[in-house]
Amino acid sequence: MTGYLIRRIGGALLVLFFLTTLVYGLFYLAPSDPAILTCGKGCTPERLADVRAAMGVDDPIPVQYWHFLEGLVAGRDYPAGPDVRHCPAPCLGYSFETDQPVTTLLLDRIPVSFALALGAEVLSLVFGIGAGMLAGLRRFRILDRVVNALILAGYAVPVFLVGLLLLLLFCVHLQWLPFPTYVPLTTDPLLWAQNLLLPWVSLAIIQAAVYARLTRSGIQETLAEDHIRTARAYGIPERRILWRRALRGALLPLVTLTAIDIAGIMTGAVLTETMFGLPGVGQLLVGAVRQIDLPVVVGVTLLTGLIIVVANAAADLLYAAVDPRVQLR
Amino acid sequence: MIRVLRKDRGFVAGAVVAGLMVLVAITAPLLAALAGQDYTTYHDTLLDSARGGVPSGPLGGISGEHWLGVEPGTGRDLFARLVYGAQVSVGVALAATALEVLLGITFGVAAGLGGRWLDAGLSRVIDLVLAVPILVLAVSLLAIVPQDWPRPLLLATVIALLGWGGTARISRGETLTLRTRDYVAAAQVSGASWWRVARREILPGLTAPILTYAALLIPYNMIVEAGLSFLGVGVRPPTPSWGQMLSSATTWFRADPLYVFLPGALLFLTLLSFVLVANGLRRALDPRQTEVPR
Repeated sequence: MTGYLIRRIGGALLVLFFLTTLVYGLFYLAPSDPAILTCGKGCTPERLADVRAAMGVDDPIPVQYWHFLEGLVAGRDYPAGPDVRHCPAPCLGYSFETDQPVTTLLLDRIPVSFALALGAEVLSLVFGIGAGMLAGLRRFRILDRVVNALILAGYAVPVFLVGLLLLLLFCVHLQWLPFPTYVPLTTDPLLWAQNLLLPWVSLAIIQAAVYARLTRSGIQETLAEDHIRTARAYGIPERRILWRRALRGALLPLVTLTAIDIAGIMTGAVLTETMFGLPGVGQLLVGAVRQIDLPVVVGVTLLTGLIIVVANAAADLLYAAVDPRVQLR
Repeated sequence: MIRVLRKDRGFVAGAVVAGLMVLVAITAPLLAALAGQDYTTYHDTLLDSARGGVPSGPLGGISGEHWLGVEPGTGRDLFARLVYGAQVSVGVALAATALEVLLGITFGVAAGLGGRWLDAGLSRVIDLVLAVPILVLAVSLLAIVPQDWPRPLLLATVIALLGWGGTARISRGETLTLRTRDYVAAAQVSGASWWRVARREILPGLTAPILTYAALLIPYNMIVEAGLSFLGVGVRPPTPSWGQMLSSATTWFRADPLYVFLPGALLFLTLLSFVLVANGLRRALDPRQTEVPR
């Protein structure tokens, strides 16, 4: 187990290193001048000169990359003009456009994206498993059909379209909800939840389709297994068979998926956040793209890579934790 | 197989609509000419300036001249923009999928047939591609590429370069099973080169699993393209795309709901039809496989 852990973490770190190299290489060897891309929209010749000096663009690429890695571990200083900008570890770069270290910008935004992803995941688990169970039992023909149609539709609809339609329905036509404007959790938890409701639901509608499909096929498969027949022969009540045996077998694969899906929603939240104006990591990325702020773009890309790598490792460990048949070697 | 597919009502409906959309995409210039409109001309006179540029008249300014009304704010013909938008959506999705299949099969078969070290190396590359957050990296990449590069081609390339991991993984897995079959071993023993083995013995066996997977990749890639256009890093204006129209609709949807509805409905319908086709193919070709691109 310990050996496996060490190797798994080692492997994850290796993937992360390659990802960093890849992203760094892609962005700083791009056909456009990285100094101009870093300088931002409000770029002046003086600032461009500062940025060039601070980035050390005249150094050979491997040296620049080495400085970048050094900054990740130990922090680094950017000597820009008369004053020095300090960027504490883990330094992902310095945004000259906003005059802040990228890490600070990211840390401000992560809670919003995380809350969005977590809430959407909880909602989609509840709806997805519920719908999947109803469809898997094959008790109500019409319901099965509705669920199956919804599952299909869930695959065929982009999240921003769902979001737009929800806004149109609940904010314009029915006027049950005001237009979402982000309120921090610490200011007013109730308003916070109210404003996140529509983003959560629009993400959950799509994600729930995946879970419903998995639960449906899982339940159908488990109900066909021998141990269920044995349990029935012993006269164990059907309700108990369903809850204690069938559901357990069907939900096992979902457990491992949750970690990966939370990561997936967080990284895919660019669209949702832009759509609803949530100040999360995705919105930061889109803003940085518009402002031509390369360090932030690189920082967001690396952060999402980190989230995915960590989630994959967590999924493997979770899998072993819930399924005694899985042996970690 | 065709007989199975013909009986599948979902597949038939999906195939008809999907085929129609491809046809619309190909004949977009013709259709626009038929309507007597193009997608760039502004018609300011059709807009109600008192209401901030909303098309005057009912239903978004639908008339005999403008079959589906005009765009709020600019007055450009909506029918022309929608049919040209199909070109981008369908074209980019199909091109990206084709490229992904090509890349995936090349890497997957090479990993599956190659020696231990080649397999280990390529597998790590595939893992890396699978770990890449596609939307985030695509947004970033498209943002730094010079603006004058041909945009639709670029979109397809970026989507494909970030998304070929799935096809590669499937190709590798299938190749590993296929290479243990007697007929492949027989070909190898009789001195066939590995290129010949790959082409004549492995590739035919890959057709079914890759086809079912690729069919689902098409709507997936279409969603990615629409998302990228929605975020403003897709095709450059004035070239229209459904995602981009939906993005501009976010500012107009209170005053002109039809402007949300038309591109939204078209996008949904097209996606749904491709998903139905993919589902039908999966049921007909490979009842076991349930993997879906995520």
